[in-house]
Amino acid sequence: MSGTPPATAGTQGALVCEAVSHKYDKDDGELAALADVDLQVQPGEFVSIVGPSGCGKTTLLKIIAGLMTPSSGNVSFPGHAQDDPPRNGLVFQEHGVFPWMTVLDNVAFGLEMRQVPRVERQQRAAEFIERVGLQEFGSSYPHQLSVGMRQRVGIARAFVADVPILLMDEPFGSLDAQTKIVLQEELLRLWSHDRKLVVYVTHDIEEAVRLGDRVLVMSGRPGRIREDITVPFERPRQLGRGDPAVSELVWHIWDLLRDDVRSGLSLRD
Amino acid sequence: MSRRESNRQVVDSRWIPAIVVSIALVSWEGSARLGALPGFLFSSPTIVISTLVQSLASGEMFRHIAATLLRVIPGLLLGAIPGFALGIGMGLSPQLRRGLDPLLAAVHPIPKIAILPLVMIFLGVGEASRIAVASVAAFFPMLINTMAGIRQIDPIYFQVAENYGASRLKLLTRVVLPGSLPLVLSGLRLAANVTLLVTISAEIVMADVGLGSFVWLAWETLRVELLYATLIVISTLGITLTASLRFLQSALAPWEVAEPRR
Repeated sequence: MSGTPPATAGTQGALVCEAVSHKYDKDDGELAALADVDLQVQPGEFVSIVGPSGCGKTTLLKIIAGLMTPSSGNVSFPGHAQDDPPRNGLVFQEHGVFPWMTVLDNVAFGLEMRQVPRVERQQRAAEFIERVGLQEFGSSYPHQLSVGMRQRVGIARAFVADVPILLMDEPFGSLDAQTKIVLQEELLRLWSHDRKLVVYVTHDIEEAVRLGDRVLVMSGRPGRIREDITVPFERPRQLGRGDPAVSELVWHIWDLLRDDVRSGLSLRD
Repeated sequence: MSRRESNRQVVDSRWIPAIVVSIALVSWEGSARLGALPGFLFSSPTIVISTLVQSLASGEMFRHIAATLLRVIPGLLLGAIPGFALGIGMGLSPQLRRGLDPLLAAVHPIPKIAILPLVMIFLGVGEASRIAVASVAAFFPMLINTMAGIRQIDPIYFQVAENYGASRLKLLTRVVLPGSLPLVLSGLRLAANVTLLVTISAEIVMADVGLGSFVWLAWETLRVELLYATLIVISTLGITLTASLRFLQSALAPWEVAEPRR
């Protein structure tokens, strides 16, 4: 188990989590956030993770991103040495866009960190700004934009950075329903041009089903993967609101989650 | 519409300050001329203005303004730059913060003019002491605001930068410095104000040139009109300093939504 990955671990470019557990140190003892999470995501695959609030979804994402070290277990990327993981782009729910940079500088940030020359990174950033429909706002600051527009900036930044892995933490969580659908379609359009490995965390079951190739359903705290559901719809998807096929899957997942959500609520009162 | 009806006003409220000031000036002038106010205490606005114009025309006032500025500006720079540097250090390093906090808490509340005698023991009676006290006064607001400016940066921005592989230098130039800039510039404004305050005070105590010493001279010679004229100059200087730093703030940190004016 030294630097090189085991041959059996999976496809080149995939993401593998093995028995990942995490505990937070609290003043009154430990808080178990994740318990034995196993998952495999193939390159180019879009995986949604749903679960009740507080189930450790964000913790899992940060561990995959390399921003946190799990208490136990292992995250690996077959084809990459353990100490040299592939680059990834995190998209946060809110506030992930730098308020002190213009839209153009925000989107070009990943390229700037990789020392891509100024002119080149601005060209590439401008291209993605146009793809998310913000071409008129390149020199605007985030506070001049709506929440939905700011999320577009965050997504454009992740795509332009040209990373093989995209990790999204409820990027559309704070948007109204209409804007959310528009941005979901935009995201799928961008992704269909450039099929990254996506791990998409959400508490919106319908969103998870609309976007994902697979939906991983997590249990309440400590979070573990309870079910791994393959979404059978063809791509590109033309899923209208309230499509019966979507609804059926959504209800199935809701049945799995219902008890955890209930017990989560009763714990709190 | 209903709003306008509900607060019918005789005059536009924006004119109120101008009206109040005019009334005050006119009644001051009137009562001074009628002899209702003792002349050696209040003089009159017209005499004050003509004294001011005279002192400016003769170049004497400019000599004092220059002397004061030549203490305020070096004092501000010598205090604000180290304050900024230490503020960055204490903002980023919890160890440094924990180590220096007690010292800061002990020294910060001392009115800085009170250390002038101590400084004079070290640096003698002269320019060096006046500038040193001014810079000590500038140091603290700059340090405290820089530190606070860094600490209020949302940790998420550090995570985003780390996620995109930012080097330590990039973290500093793209997150720490711009993220703290608005508060740093507020600190600079505060520092400029206290530097002016402390410099004028030090000049009153010991100086033969400078606006503080000029005010003192006006008192010693019982020239009330000159006293008022010099106060007008000092207040104009303070306003100009604050306004230019506000302008600097809006030019350097355009992402900060303009604060509502009070």
